[in-house]
Amino acid sequence: MILALAAGLLVLAVLALILITTSREAWPAFTHMGLNFITERTWDPPAEVFGALAFIYGTALVSLIALIFAVPVSIGIALFLTELAPRRLRGPAITVIDLLAAVPSVVFGLWGVLVVAPKLVPVYRWFHDVLGGIPVIGSVFAEPVGSGRSFMTAGLIVAIMIVPIITSISREVFSTVPRADKDAALALGATKWEMIKGAVFPHSFGGIVGAVILGLGRAMGETIAITLVIGGSTQITPNVFASGNAMPSVIVSQIGESTGTFTAALIGLGVVLFAMTVLINTLAQAIVRRAEARMRGATS
Amino acid sequence: MTTTLERTSRGAPDLTRRALSSRRRITNQVALGAIALALVIAIVPLGLVVYSVISKGGGIMSGEFLTGDISLSVRRAGGGMGPAIIGTLLITGGAALMAVPLGVLGAIYLNEYGKQRPLARLIRMLADIMTGVPSIIMGLFIYTIWVLTFEARSGFAGALALACLMLPVVIRSTEEMLKLVPDELRQASLALGARKWRTTVTVVLPAAISGITSGSLLAIARAAGETAPIIFVVGAVNATNWNLFSGENTALPAQIFSNASQPFQIAQDRAWGAALTLIAIVLIFTIIARFIANRFAIKER
Repeated sequence: MILALAAGLLVLAVLALILITTSREAWPAFTHMGLNFITERTWDPPAEVFGALAFIYGTALVSLIALIFAVPVSIGIALFLTELAPRRLRGPAITVIDLLAAVPSVVFGLWGVLVVAPKLVPVYRWFHDVLGGIPVIGSVFAEPVGSGRSFMTAGLIVAIMIVPIITSISREVFSTVPRADKDAALALGATKWEMIKGAVFPHSFGGIVGAVILGLGRAMGETIAITLVIGGSTQITPNVFASGNAMPSVIVSQIGESTGTFTAALIGLGVVLFAMTVLINTLAQAIVRRAEARMRGATS
Repeated sequence: MTTTLERTSRGAPDLTRRALSSRRRITNQVALGAIALALVIAIVPLGLVVYSVISKGGGIMSGEFLTGDISLSVRRAGGGMGPAIIGTLLITGGAALMAVPLGVLGAIYLNEYGKQRPLARLIRMLADIMTGVPSIIMGLFIYTIWVLTFEARSGFAGALALACLMLPVVIRSTEEMLKLVPDELRQASLALGARKWRTTVTVVLPAAISGITSGSLLAIARAAGETAPIIFVVGAVNATNWNLFSGENTALPAQIFSNASQPFQIAQDRAWGAALTLIAIVLIFTIIARFIANRFAIKER
C-alpha cells in the first residue's frame, strides 16, 4: 500500500521537480532580461539579448495553421467512424489512425524536409501569384522561401501529427450522444447530415472544444519535426510562406553550444513552454471532464 | 371509423428519398461525402510517408548497415547504424524497467486503494497533465537535474527522460485494465482470508496482465521513437557503447535527426535507412502489443 502510494506520488514529485529545477536554472536569464524575455523580439546570444517573442509567435502561428487543417479532418474522421462507417470498415479505419499516431515524429520531419518541402514550393508560388496582390491577405501569402521550409510546411506536418489525438477524443465524445436523440431526429424526417447537425453537434460541442485544445497542446510541444522543416530564422512576419522558428526548436538546436546565461535563457524558453502547455492541458481536461459528466447525466 | 377511411384513401405520406427537397438531399450528400473524404485525407500522408521510407530506406539496408559502426564522416559512404540500434534498445529498455513497475504500482494505488479519494483524484489529474507535457520539457528536466549536476551525458540520462514520458501513460492504461477486473474476484479472494496486497498480487494483477502488458508495450513503442528528450542528454558516439551508465551513447531518432539536416546525399540515405529500422522496431512492438491484447483480453462484461 505504502509502496503503491509512493509510486503514485512520484507523478506529483516529477511535475513539481520539473517546475522547480528548470525555473532555478533559468533564473539568471529571467533576472537578466526581466519581462523583456517574452516581449523582446531580438535573440542575440553573443550580445546577451534574449527575447523570445519571435519564437512564441512562431509556435503560435504553426499551431494555428496545424489546427486549421487538423480540426475539420479529425472531426470528419470521428463522425465517419461513429455515424457512417459500416461495421466492416470501422476496424481497419481505426488501425490506420493508430498507425498514424505510431509513426515517430522525427520520421515525419525527415519526410517533411526531404520530400514535402521542395514539392510545396511551386504550390506556395501559385498561391502567392493568385492571392499576393490583395491587400492584407497578400501579406499573409507573400514571397515563398526557396527551400520550402516555412511556417506553412511546419503547420501542415504538425497537422498530420495531431489528427490522431483529436480524432480519438472526438470519437469518444460522439459515441456518448444518446441513441434516443439520434433516433428522434431521424424519426422526424431529418437526413443523416441534419441529424448530425441537430442532435450530435449540440450535444458534443464542449467535448470537441476540449479535444481541440488538447490538440493545440500537442502542437505547441512538437519539437523535432518542426525543427527540421521550419527553416530556423528569427523573424516575426505575417507571411506564412517565410521561414521562422519555434520555442522547442530553438532549445533543441542551440542548447548543445550554449553556456552561462545563454543556457539559462534556453531553459527559460522551456519554462515558458511548460507553463503554457500545462495551462492549456488543465483547461482542456476540465472542459472534457465537464462535458462528459453532463453527457452521462443526459444518457441516464 | 370514417376518419381512418379518409386517411387511407389519401394514402400514407411519402417517406421515400424522392420526397426530400433537392436542396436538402444535395446538402446531405455533400456533407456525407466530405466526412468520408476526411478519412482519405488522413490515409494519404500515411501512405506517402511509408512509401518514402521503404523506397528510400530499402536501398541502403544491408547486414553492414544494421551492425556496422557509424561512419566518422557524414560525406562518405559506408558504416552503419549498429551503435544507434543498440543504443535505442538499451535506452528504451532501461526506461521501461523504471517506468513500467512504478507505473503499475501507481495504478494499483489509484484503483485498489485511492479510488475516489481527493489524493487519488489529484494524482489522476496530474497524470493526465503529465501526459501532455511536451517531450522536450522532459529532456530539459533531465538535462538540469542530471547532466548539469554530474556534468556527464549518458544513456541512462536518456532512459530517465523516456521513463518520465512513459510513466503517466503506463499509469493510466494500467488503471483502465484494473478497472475491468470483476469485483467478485477480489471479494472471493478476501473472503478466503487473503490480505489486500495478496489479493492484488495473486488475483487482480494476473487477471489484468495481458492488458497491462499491451498498454506498456505501446508506451515503450511510443518512447522508442522520441527524439527531443534524447538528443541533448545522451550525447553522441560512433562505436557501440554497451554501458548505459557511463560514457555518451546514441539512438536511432538522434541519428535520423542529425543526418536529415545534412546537405549530402549519402547522409540523407542513411537517415532514410535509420528511419526504416526505427519504424520496423516500433511496428514490431505495436504488433506484439496488439496480439497480446487481442489474444488474452479480459472479456468486457
